[in-house]
Amino acid sequence: MYQKKHVIILLNLLLFTFTTFLIGCSSNSQGDSGSSNTKRSIIKNKGSDTMVNLAQAWAEEYTEVSATISVEVSGGGSGTGVAALINGTVDIANCSRQIKEKEKQQAIENTGKEPIEFIVGYDALAVYVHKDNPITQVTISQLAEIYGENGKIMKWDQLGVANSGCKSDKIIRISRQSNSGTFFYFREALLGKNRDFELGSLDLHGSKDVVEVVGRTPCSIGYSGMGYATDHVKMLEVAIDYNAPYYAPNLDNVIAKTYPIARPLYMYSLGEPDGAAKVYLDWILSDEGQKIVEKLGFVPLTKN
Amino acid sequence: MNKQPNKTSNRPFSETIIELFIRLCGISSIIFVFGIFFFVFKEGASFLFNGLNIWEFLTSEEWYPTSLNNKRYGTLALILGTFSVTTLAMLMAVPFGLGAAIFVSEFCSPKLRETFKIVIEFLAAIPSVVWGFIGLTLMNQLIILVFNAPIGLTMLNGSIMLALMSVPIIVSIAEDALKAVPDSYREAAEALGATKWQVIYRVLLPAAKNGLLAAVLLGAARSIGETMAVLMATGHSVNIPTSPLSWIRTLTATIAAELGEVARGGEHYQVLFIIGILLFTITFIVNLIADLVIKGIRQS
Repeated sequence: MYQKKHVIILLNLLLFTFTTFLIGCSSNSQGDSGSSNTKRSIIKNKGSDTMVNLAQAWAEEYTEVSATISVEVSGGGSGTGVAALINGTVDIANCSRQIKEKEKQQAIENTGKEPIEFIVGYDALAVYVHKDNPITQVTISQLAEIYGENGKIMKWDQLGVANSGCKSDKIIRISRQSNSGTFFYFREALLGKNRDFELGSLDLHGSKDVVEVVGRTPCSIGYSGMGYATDHVKMLEVAIDYNAPYYAPNLDNVIAKTYPIARPLYMYSLGEPDGAAKVYLDWILSDEGQKIVEKLGFVPLTKN
Repeated sequence: MNKQPNKTSNRPFSETIIELFIRLCGISSIIFVFGIFFFVFKEGASFLFNGLNIWEFLTSEEWYPTSLNNKRYGTLALILGTFSVTTLAMLMAVPFGLGAAIFVSEFCSPKLRETFKIVIEFLAAIPSVVWGFIGLTLMNQLIILVFNAPIGLTMLNGSIMLALMSVPIIVSIAEDALKAVPDSYREAAEALGATKWQVIYRVLLPAAKNGLLAAVLLGAARSIGETMAVLMATGHSVNIPTSPLSWIRTLTATIAAELGEVARGGEHYQVLFIIGILLFTITFIVNLIADLVIKGIRQS
């Protein structure tokens, strides 16, 4: 009997400490988000994986510019960033696609403020092939037949090149996992909204992996950010159609908006930015901030 | 035996606490398993019962979760991918693993055995992303060179990585099982004039059968559940596998690659959790078969 009582008391104690622990946790996390009255203001910045290195570089560089503002950067994807913006837990969301109307409405309903859009640079998607592949140019409609569902182009021969490094002559399509921002953008640029990609492409997990694999595979074709190019791959010139001019993926063509597969990179703030967020965004859009865009292989808004 | 203190009266209080704590630890594993299953099931349930065509889910190879106007959720290619890569990995890992275990347990000098065990444990400690990276770079090149394949990111590549990852598990558990066979068995067999090979084949392997089977199944479970290495090494391509050189995609890799950027609570999100339920069911069936087989062995 005596023993049993002890056990019961002990269990109660355990339960008690556990619940207080839980309460403690939840109240802590509530307390954190509201405090910004300290002298040093922190900007929370979250979103796109494509942009995370860029955002990190900005944040690091900015520590030299301002002693009172510091920026916390995290990735997780464009969708994650927008979700955090809707919940009001970040100050600036990074997004490699434009915010959807539905997301905008949610943000207004949830926080009472409208997300304001800033274009902070461009990301040009280059079409990569192995460096020994003789092909130099490709059109969007050809790419659509290579990547699209029931597409007609399966062999290098059909593109008019003799790809001697590739014995089977079959085109190996390198793509990205089906919910990356890069994948969405490339699919829409090629096929619009009504057609899907043919299954059986190698859906790699990162921009870097695509270039890496293309560099080792003479049969392959792939797409990835322009800044990821290496010595083992070649970037193709791209035209909208066979009678349109071809443009190489480079700074001039992207800024002049003649290169057909380039997308803007966005940052969103909740409502018109004020205080630290405004200062930071202004700096990003300044020459100094835009230099970092170029340094990381993206395309700045204007050429310096 | 009579000297032992009476259980209820003068046992120290600290012992009660320790016993309670150990009991909680034991129960917690059950709670965790059910908790995880409940969570996975809850996240996928509403689409599983309303809207998902389960027949199509299991028999169609069309995996278009992010199509804009024609979403299709067929996992046949992914299921076949998981099974083919695991089977091939086991075909490589089991002979190697059991062979190595027999060598370490029966033929090694004690000094060499210690070295072996340390090296094997080190092999087990290599993170799967490192294996994936080796698959993506080194093994990729090697397969292109040896098999003259257009690309080395194939089922074979993933299987080799999985085999390398499950061999250490198989070796250490199988070696324990062989060591657990009493020395009197060996001595008796040798006294009857059996050769070393006969001792192993006729005495040790049958005696350690359960442990060896457990080793193989744990190795297989590791392979089915492995994610990062197969994501990087198999090409991650929705394809019905036709040969060891076809590039494939597995169930686990699909969840890992797509869950990160999916809208929470949406259809695609729920389908990924339903794949989780499917994986749960598969491992449950594997474990059940293992239990039945072991029971069957015991009875015969």
